[in-house]
Amino acid sequence: MWNLLRIELFKIFKRPRTYIAFGAIAIIVFLFQIALWFDGKTYVDLILSNIDASFDFTDQFKHRLLNGYFVCFAILNILLIQMPLLVALVSGDAIAGEANMGTLRLSLTRPVSRTQYMVGKFLASLIYTVSLLLFLAVLALFGSMAIFGTNDLIVFRSTSIHQMSVDDVFWRYLAAFAFATVALTTVASLAFLLSVFAENAIGPIIATMSIVIVFTILSEMNIPLYDRTIKPYLFTTHMVAWKGFFYVKADAEGTTLRGSIENLPAILRSLAILCIYIFLFTGTAIWVFREKDILS
Amino acid sequence: MKQLKLFTIGHQRIFCKHFFASIILLYVSNFAFSQTAEEVLQKVKMKLEKVNDYEANGKMKTNVAFIKAPVANIKVYYKKPNKLRIVNQNGISFIPKGSVNISANNVFANMEQYDIIDAGRDSAGLRVIRLLPKDDTADVVLSTLYVDQKNMLIKKSKTTTRENGTYELEMNYGKYSDYGLPDQIIFSFNTKDYKLPKGITLDYDDGTEKNIDKLKDKKGRVEIIYSSYRINEGIDDKVFGQ
Repeated sequence: MWNLLRIELFKIFKRPRTYIAFGAIAIIVFLFQIALWFDGKTYVDLILSNIDASFDFTDQFKHRLLNGYFVCFAILNILLIQMPLLVALVSGDAIAGEANMGTLRLSLTRPVSRTQYMVGKFLASLIYTVSLLLFLAVLALFGSMAIFGTNDLIVFRSTSIHQMSVDDVFWRYLAAFAFATVALTTVASLAFLLSVFAENAIGPIIATMSIVIVFTILSEMNIPLYDRTIKPYLFTTHMVAWKGFFYVKADAEGTTLRGSIENLPAILRSLAILCIYIFLFTGTAIWVFREKDILS
Repeated sequence: MKQLKLFTIGHQRIFCKHFFASIILLYVSNFAFSQTAEEVLQKVKMKLEKVNDYEANGKMKTNVAFIKAPVANIKVYYKKPNKLRIVNQNGISFIPKGSVNISANNVFANMEQYDIIDAGRDSAGLRVIRLLPKDDTADVVLSTLYVDQKNMLIKKSKTTTRENGTYELEMNYGKYSDYGLPDQIIFSFNTKDYKLPKGITLDYDDGTEKNIDKLKDKKGRVEIIYSSYRINEGIDDKVFGQ
């Protein structure tokens, strides 16, 4: 199995297109950091404009607000919506790419079972996803911490503001990145499943993205009918649960409870739902592949 | 007979003692009552004028319906006549507008611009003095001071403004009461609605029930508990800049 995994990883990381994702992430993160470095005050003013009638916001306040933790949260807020496309680039290519090149039958002539072959492919996609997120963490979190420094993190929700002390933030990012790994693995497993049905990588990649976009739009729509019927079952609804680690509890006087998470059971429920999706998508992909006539 | 005489003499002495004590008390309380509102404010002002500047350390709790924030370590800088700044030592704090009103000294900075009205006493026995601005267009519409006349300390104040609603200030005194500086203040202020579009915040709906009634509360509160003051040691004007 280890040899199989090494071969799959070699295939993934030898292809130039694999590095498109790393390049895209680096460019987006750097552009974001440069923009906030030179014009962060405008961004902060925009967010604070809603409450500046009630509070005095000094330049020192704005400077401290725009710290590395805040910048990383802003980057993740934007980028984690785009990341599924980058993940699908590799996972959607896993089987369909081999079929397209006509190497699938050849690969299966080796003394490994189809299940082992699929598990090897999936684990390679998983490692790619993790490496993409580690790369993002290094640039977005550690890079922003180095450029903007650290301070308390303030998260602006639609109806409330959550502030965490500087020494109560880093562990939340570790938890959020771990959760994001599971969330993106769900997309990877969907692309992996669709890849089994296709002879060309473009199809599964576009199909994955289309599903993610449609589901994301449905997840973000505030229509009561969808809130109760469709939204709880969409994996995209649960993919943003990493933000739950940045929603804090407070006592009766509004004082943040250090180390608290507003609704941990909800995050765990989302995690469980995503794991079920991963199991369903990957399991179905393996089952279909085992039953499939390999003609290419 | 002798016993009866002794008893009567004893009672007479006690009666005289109580009588004179009552007379003195009546005189003192009558004197206190007899002070005009202007005289009371003048005495409070004299006490506060001992302070040219101060730097105070303290902890600040912010209690606003839509904000969850940790307790902050702050420094409060004050310099005559009405410069005041609250600085979070390391972190970030939401400082309400009108926070300059947390200093009682601020009331006396422009005393000549107000008409003073004596409003008697409240149920707690505090002297109630209203300040009406002489200028009809001034931002402050009305200030009400609640003065502990025994100690010449402002215990409470209410300031109504045109732009930012009503500010209320409650002060509790301890070891710095000789300077008219409180150990604890509770500053209440009006807040406006807070709402950002979900399209910007991209919230995760974790199903947590929102306390709608609490979010409707338009009154914010900031509580500062002072741990120490450094009084009249001089403060650079730069501190009050940005």
